[in-house]
Amino acid sequence: MRHTLALTVGLLCAGLAAPAWGQTPTLTVYTYSSFTAEWGPGPAIEKAFEAECDCQLDYVSLEDGVTLLSRLQLEGVNTKADVVLGLDMNLMAEATATDLFAPHEAGLSHLTLPVEWTDDLFIPFDYGYFAFVYDKTRLAEPPESLDELVNGDAEEKILIQDPRTSTPGLGLLLWMKKVYGDEADAAWRKLQPRILTVSKGWSESYGLFMEGEAPMVLSYTTSPAYHQIAEEDDRFAAASFTEGHYLQIEVAGRVATSDNAELAQKFLDFVVSPGFQSTIPTGNWMYPVIALEDGLPPAFDTLVKPEEALLFTPEEVAANRKRWIDEWLAAMSQ
Amino acid sequence: MTRLLPGGVALAILALLVGGALGALLWTAPAIDLGALWADAYLRHVISFTIWQASLSAALSIGFAIPVARALARRQAFPGREAILRLFGLPLVIPTIVAVFGIVAIYGQVGLLNRLTAALGLPTQQYLYGLPGILIAHVFFNLPLAVRLMLPVWQAIPGELWRLSAQLGMRSGQIFRLIEWPLLRQVLPGVAGLVFMLCFTSFAVVLTLGGGPASTTVEVAIYQALRFEFDLGRAVLLALVQLLLCGALIALGQSLARPVTLAPTPQRPHDRPDLAPLGGRIADAIAIAAGTTLVLLPILAVLYAGVTGPIGVVLGDPRLWDAALRSLGVALAAGVLSLAFGWAMLLTSRELRLRRYRPRAADAIEVSGSAVLVVTPLVLGTGFFVLLSPIADVFALALVLVVIVNAIMGLPYVIRVLGPPVMRVAEQHDRLCASLGISGWNRFRLVEWPAVRRSAGLALALCAALATGDLGAIALFGTQDTTTLPLLMYQRMASYQMEQAAVTALVLVGLCLLLFVIIERGVGGRGRA
Repeated sequence: MRHTLALTVGLLCAGLAAPAWGQTPTLTVYTYSSFTAEWGPGPAIEKAFEAECDCQLDYVSLEDGVTLLSRLQLEGVNTKADVVLGLDMNLMAEATATDLFAPHEAGLSHLTLPVEWTDDLFIPFDYGYFAFVYDKTRLAEPPESLDELVNGDAEEKILIQDPRTSTPGLGLLLWMKKVYGDEADAAWRKLQPRILTVSKGWSESYGLFMEGEAPMVLSYTTSPAYHQIAEEDDRFAAASFTEGHYLQIEVAGRVATSDNAELAQKFLDFVVSPGFQSTIPTGNWMYPVIALEDGLPPAFDTLVKPEEALLFTPEEVAANRKRWIDEWLAAMSQ
Repeated sequence: MTRLLPGGVALAILALLVGGALGALLWTAPAIDLGALWADAYLRHVISFTIWQASLSAALSIGFAIPVARALARRQAFPGREAILRLFGLPLVIPTIVAVFGIVAIYGQVGLLNRLTAALGLPTQQYLYGLPGILIAHVFFNLPLAVRLMLPVWQAIPGELWRLSAQLGMRSGQIFRLIEWPLLRQVLPGVAGLVFMLCFTSFAVVLTLGGGPASTTVEVAIYQALRFEFDLGRAVLLALVQLLLCGALIALGQSLARPVTLAPTPQRPHDRPDLAPLGGRIADAIAIAAGTTLVLLPILAVLYAGVTGPIGVVLGDPRLWDAALRSLGVALAAGVLSLAFGWAMLLTSRELRLRRYRPRAADAIEVSGSAVLVVTPLVLGTGFFVLLSPIADVFALALVLVVIVNAIMGLPYVIRVLGPPVMRVAEQHDRLCASLGISGWNRFRLVEWPAVRRSAGLALALCAALATGDLGAIALFGTQDTTTLPLLMYQRMASYQMEQAAVTALVLVGLCLLLFVIIERGVGGRGRA
């Protein structure tokens, strides 16, 4: 018995011990899982930044963008994050309201965004348009509008993400709101039977899509470029919708309580530099926010170019997000 | 007075922990607009879905368990019967997330069943995510449990009844209707109540197989409110709803289920007059084979996927070993705490019952140990969150909180397993000890420990195994630095790294079973006692 007890205590100490910190300063970046995945841009960016910062870059990866915000709200001033990378413009007003972010000092005059950027706290790191990506071999006639998708065959399943956790999920919620306004609730009820599953993060549903669980998934207009370039596979395309596509601008910001303020600022400067931005098109499979020296890969020329970019202001989203999500929950659980 | 101390201290700490958590929930609650939240269609749906799926799960589990249990009772001696009974004990100890993995591997879109139907040229079915998946998983867990709980019914049927039924020339159907069913009906409310309760508070299964807001239980909704939306108000309200519902269910169960004493009577298998007919033999064989297949297939799928998975890559990942070490620490700490608390409470309750003739006070102590079934891991977790987040970094305390929650969750098992032998040893040896003047450490060493160590070993093994598989508390509090094995496995499954998840599952189930066997044998001293 005494041995068991000693063993217990010993193992407990070993198990519960905090990780040891190294000598070099460590920059902790909260981001989402597809960013840090082996096939994502995270590893290359880590290497590039560590080469010039004399520091260690640690990612804490969460399921998806909206989880970043909830996690910060849960942790409050105790957060270990120095930089948060992967919120999007829709969440900016709420993220600002947490009072956890400090102003960035990055020079942004060279940005080539589709909108003008004026925010003091957050800097954009990439952008893209939400779209339904489909498998051409399984879906000969993709919907040509959001309305066709909503009213289409319920047996042709789609995969979407949860707006409570995922920025594409939230994007679709806003997209539906933009197109249907007050009728969005009814539209969701119509779409509901067509949804195979609602996943927490983008990676999960895209994984299910790649496994062939459904012929269509909520993703980005740029996703087919991944298959063309990385897999030399032409099977996938994004469905172009006549109502226009919702624009997503992903942002990063530094945390005010961070002990590594200088390093965090250095990282934000790095984010809008070519070293970071050049990994975006074929790493995160999004559009970079600056003009790249080599331009974009040719595969990007074949992608859907939305005729109209739909966008709410961050303030509009902040004022309505909770109510709209409750509406969505009610519609989805009918 | 010192004899009342252990239980008193244990009870006080328990009351402080549970009371603190529940008090924090109630304290926060007045700030919530109850009316507006009750009017919430989503909330109403979550509650009704929770009840609906638990009712269906219980009905299916019990409905299938009756023929399987009856078949096992009728066929007392066939090769492999022992092994099947042992197999039916497995779902209780293997981590839920591991079993879910096995179920996906069998029933998923690219699972064994769909591959078979595809090979036969039939269209494949997509049905796992949502209610069907939840039901399959719940039947997997609860059918074997119900079988094991119902089997004693047949052992309690006296041999005279069988001889009488033989003389009367009763057929199988009549035997069931006139002898077996009346007895079975007495235990069914208790068994069904337990299964309903387990399915009602089910977390990991619904989290992984739910597939969206349409199939969410209250327990999962608490987690989502806190971790997805940071909506403390909704989390607290849901936790209170869960508390009320569980309390009502347990109260209902107590009033419905009268204690049934089932004393096994000696009997020989050929005492039953309905064993010979071929139809009955075939029916029993089918029932046993179906029940066994249902339990065995997912377990085999886990083993197969694990062994054929990328073992080198997964085992070479230091995160796996960090997580395994944390799981081991959590399991042992929670198990030891649970055992210590439960034992202390039992000693005091025994003192009250046998020496001070205060059976009501004794009952109260034992009931309070089991009453923690009213609080679920997520309710406790939410309470701790509300209580601690203003003053401390709850995420840094994650493992401590996971240990506490699991230690409390293990208490009912300790009371149930350890209670009878602790009581028996006093009844049998108190006078001898008094006349020989054996007390204190000597009494523990010479009298108590030898008599209860087997049960203590089993209780500790059970608590440790359950804590190893915990995915409730850790899902709420876990971060990258405090990932345990089940959480690591869940993350791998959630990001669809099924091959890595398979190997992780193998490590997790290995750790869990190894821990169980080592503790049960080591502490319980099987073979030496």
